[in-house]
Amino acid sequence: MSALFSALAALFVGDLQRDRVVPASGYTSTLTSLTGAAMAFLVVFALALSLASYRLAQDWSEALDQSATLRISAPVEQLDAQVAHAIEILETTPGVASARALSSEEQSDLLTPWLGVDVPFDKLPLPRLIEIVQTPDGFDPQGLRLRLTGELPSAVLDDHVRWRRPLVQAANWLSVLGVVAIGLIGLTSGAMIILAARAALAANAQVITVLRLIGATDAYIEAAFVRRFAFRTFIGAVVGTIIGAGVVALFPGDEEQAAILTGLRLSGVEWMWLVLIPPILSSIAFSATRYAANRVLKGLT
Amino acid sequence: MSDCILCGAQAQQCSDVKSGADVIELDAVAYSYGGGELLSDMSLTITPGAFYFLTGPSGAGKTTFLKMCYAALKPTSGALKLFGQDVLTMERNDIALVRRRIGVVHQDCQFIDHLSVADNIALPLSVSGQDNWDDTTNLKELLAWVGLSHRANALPPELSGGERQRAALARAIIMSPHIVLADEPTGNVDWEMSERLLRLLLELNRMGKTVVIASHDLSLIRSAKSQVQARVLRIANKRLQLAGANL
Repeated sequence: MSALFSALAALFVGDLQRDRVVPASGYTSTLTSLTGAAMAFLVVFALALSLASYRLAQDWSEALDQSATLRISAPVEQLDAQVAHAIEILETTPGVASARALSSEEQSDLLTPWLGVDVPFDKLPLPRLIEIVQTPDGFDPQGLRLRLTGELPSAVLDDHVRWRRPLVQAANWLSVLGVVAIGLIGLTSGAMIILAARAALAANAQVITVLRLIGATDAYIEAAFVRRFAFRTFIGAVVGTIIGAGVVALFPGDEEQAAILTGLRLSGVEWMWLVLIPPILSSIAFSATRYAANRVLKGLT
Repeated sequence: MSDCILCGAQAQQCSDVKSGADVIELDAVAYSYGGGELLSDMSLTITPGAFYFLTGPSGAGKTTFLKMCYAALKPTSGALKLFGQDVLTMERNDIALVRRRIGVVHQDCQFIDHLSVADNIALPLSVSGQDNWDDTTNLKELLAWVGLSHRANALPPELSGGERQRAALARAIIMSPHIVLADEPTGNVDWEMSERLLRLLLELNRMGKTVVIASHDLSLIRSAKSQVQARVLRIANKRLQLAGANL
């Protein structure tokens, strides 16, 4: 980290005499700044997507990990008795902290988003749901299923594992995909900066020739270009990150909508990740320009 | 001998003269390009403080010879040593360091056009890490010596041919090099300016610097020979010869 800060310090302080050797103007300068800005903007979104997916995976994993549902399907006249019996069984099951039958209003609320508001739920022969909250150690689902099969065959235990696992997996993959996207953006930035640096080196062939003839080492010539490109990328990346952060801030947050992928807005310390984007992109520009300069200089006497 | 304008010492005390080591040594050097041999079997030892003229017809290989002398080209056979170091085995970094000890006045001057004349002249100091050159070297004196004080802030494209050559000479000597190589320094200037440049080069030699001038201008060589004990080398038929008195 301290090396990063020293590199940044050198980036801003620099060697003014050396900087003047390479002309400041030129389309490659603008191209580099624009690349930095565009890539930083994209990184902000990839990062937001990755963090949101990670958060989602964590939420699903944690929120549903301690819960399960028991569904009782029985004729209407037997339903209440079977629900009461089920709760008795659950209360005596090790690992169950509490068990509670959902009210008909709560069941209606769960079904309304799927079936609409005009459905007369109270007239339908709906099964009853019992919400089970587990202790931290949890219950043995297999054992509970066997007991229910013997004592209450109409009960179906759903410990959410069947559908929770692929969802959490999908969210985790989405998070990884975001990180891969960030990596690809970094590689693309590097490639674009190499092209821009090569163009700049070609445009300044006379400057390089003169410097070599008067005894400049490759390191001196490299540094004159590397600092220029790293600095321009840094400035572009700062602008891109600020704009990206502004747009991300306009997205709905987790607390406003809990639906999938609507919580793209960063929260709390997550915003701190954005601070790393300009120095990292700048480091990529540093390495890319150095690579390009090295290749070009090796071809000169 | 005069005082060195760069270090201020009497020529005998100037570090560049004291070393005594041969500056450039060629032993059966040849240079080929594109399948054809341009220079062949050249042997020569350039000693400190000597004054050489290198002459020959256009295309004889004078510039190629000089380029080998500052390691811009490497011989294709034979041995070439700069300050005792074999050019063929030198690393890129070593070549850069050796060039700091060789002042070169190129035929086309080779300036960085967006830098002022003063910045161009001071560039070798910056390149060698002497960023505080304002304190250590009297750039103003050097500019006055080549008669360019009034053009210090001008850009190279604004200079006349003679001014460019003098600026190139100032840049060549600002690092107090052991040897000055000048490739047709009077090629694009009138007679008066040629004489002026020659006087500057002669003065450098009197300060103890080794000077090698490539020129096809025989009148310039005759003029110099009347003022200094110069050795005249001639490239003919790809080989280096010591020219006789019949120039």
